[in-house]
Amino acid sequence: MKTTKGPESAVTASPVPRRLIPPPQPHRPKSRGKARKRITIILFLLPGVLLFSFLVLAPILLAMYSSVFKWNGFGLLPKNFVGLDNFTRLFDNEIFLGDLRRGALLIVLGLVVQLPLALAIALLLNQKMKLRALYRLLFFMPYVLSEVIAAVLFSMLLSPERGFANEVLGFLGLGESSFLSEPDTVMTSLFVVITWKYFGFYMILYLAGRQSIPKELTEAAQIDGCGPWHVFRYVTLPLLGPTIRITVFLSVIGTIQLFDLVYVLTGGGPVHASETLGVTMYDFGFKRFQVGYASAISVVMFALSLVFAIGYQRFVLRRDLDGATTTMGGGRR
Amino acid sequence: MSVHARERRTTPGRVLRPIALHTIVVIIGVFILVPIVYGILGGFKDNQQLANNPIGLPAPWVPENYTNVLASSDFWRQVFNSSLIALTTAFITVAVSALAAFVFARFAFRGRELLFTVFAAGLMFPFAVAILPLFIILRFFGLLNNPLGVILPQAAFGLALTIIILRSFFRSIPHEVEEAAILDGCTPFGFFWRILLPMARPALATVSVLAVVNSWNNFFLPLVVFNDKDWWTLPVGVQQFTGQYSADTAKILAYVVLAMIPALAFYSVAERQLIGGLTAGATKG
Repeated sequence: MKTTKGPESAVTASPVPRRLIPPPQPHRPKSRGKARKRITIILFLLPGVLLFSFLVLAPILLAMYSSVFKWNGFGLLPKNFVGLDNFTRLFDNEIFLGDLRRGALLIVLGLVVQLPLALAIALLLNQKMKLRALYRLLFFMPYVLSEVIAAVLFSMLLSPERGFANEVLGFLGLGESSFLSEPDTVMTSLFVVITWKYFGFYMILYLAGRQSIPKELTEAAQIDGCGPWHVFRYVTLPLLGPTIRITVFLSVIGTIQLFDLVYVLTGGGPVHASETLGVTMYDFGFKRFQVGYASAISVVMFALSLVFAIGYQRFVLRRDLDGATTTMGGGRR
Repeated sequence: MSVHARERRTTPGRVLRPIALHTIVVIIGVFILVPIVYGILGGFKDNQQLANNPIGLPAPWVPENYTNVLASSDFWRQVFNSSLIALTTAFITVAVSALAAFVFARFAFRGRELLFTVFAAGLMFPFAVAILPLFIILRFFGLLNNPLGVILPQAAFGLALTIIILRSFFRSIPHEVEEAAILDGCTPFGFFWRILLPMARPALATVSVLAVVNSWNNFFLPLVVFNDKDWWTLPVGVQQFTGQYSADTAKILAYVVLAMIPALAFYSVAERQLIGGLTAGATKG
């Protein structure tokens, strides 16, 4: 287990056959023991099942249910059934369609820019160098800070009139940028903030994955005459496969539910130019009290995550894991 | 290629590579640090300095922004609320998960894998999806403006990951230990309480740290649950403060900087558990 042997063992766990798991045996072969065992199972599972049913499953079912109603959110259940109206309205809504486009853009940027960057830095930090531990600690630090803090700091830093970033640009002889205040530049700025906040997390995962690759393998490749690029291309990269596949998954799921950072940084603006599904849903659900309509957005988010998760598990992750995967880290709640 | 030729080729690299390496790493380090240092220094300026001199050191240093925040009861109230909610969330998440993980790891019964899969699938439900109906359910149970309204959903959404990590740890404890305990007259609960949990201390520390950090940084749920500012947590407090004093940038920076200190302090103490937990969480099936 990783806490005793370090993160390496956790990462290698997937290709290696499962650890010896003794087939669970009944605690007592007697029939009194059997009843007792059943009671133990039920009592031990009960708190978890209750919490999970009321606060995870029920909300998701309620979202699905209320998405086919027109509802201002009063009471526990909606009454005014409208069929798929909310969804047809949704797919005519420019903001919602924009959310989907912007989400796709952020997903692509995440996969094409952020993850490779994190991988490159992880490989850099895997080399022998001074202060390596300090750099690792530093790069991961933003992940520990709340999204709100990151967003407020950057909104000040990127402020359009004589903000810090513009002063630096001016000092370097580059033109000023409007950063968060113009639709053309807001998505790039947002992506920079996302990268600041999260690349350290992916870096840590890659680093753990890289450290689980036995030295002998890369050394053997070098002895066989491989240059650094070939060692990376034919040894390191394939062996990092499981880690990379997980980070892709986390990154996509995290981007689908992106809310905090955008809400505090830009509020979705200017003129909805940086709005995400989460922000639109919040706007309709909590500000305009169109709960049915907002639920439809929730359902779309849920469907996107679910389809992606199932498809990804089925076609990509199958060989790495035989259980569930976790969205933990990417979680941008 | 001969060994000799290879050696000659790498010699200039020996000198240049570390320099290039350090340059890249330092640039990234600066990128990471700039917002934070800007915040810290900005908090020591007044607004006029911030506008005229956004880059340089404060001249003169103005400590009032910080001392005012530290003297405000709102700030301390939020620190207290965040701590209370984070610790309670971690305790409930870990306690409930440990019970369930024990059963999933150590008992055979019909439907076990199915039930486990349902729990684990909880990881795929984005929190943002559930927030609106969650709000309605919490309102129905009268849990708005009540810390339990944040604690219980956070615990519920934390179950999946915690159960997965703990189950795999519980499974790695040899069966002989359990047999010996049973022979010595332990009940299943006795085994769980007196042997398994003490053995699992490192894993419990890891999942607790994860739960604390997630709760501490949560913004969306406390934002919708707490109307009453007496219950605001730090992230909500920071966001509201920013709205309230939008013209007073220096004050906001001081507030933000002070608000991140507890998280950074916690990170410096629990870094190993946190990183260990995240890597385990992302790689354990």
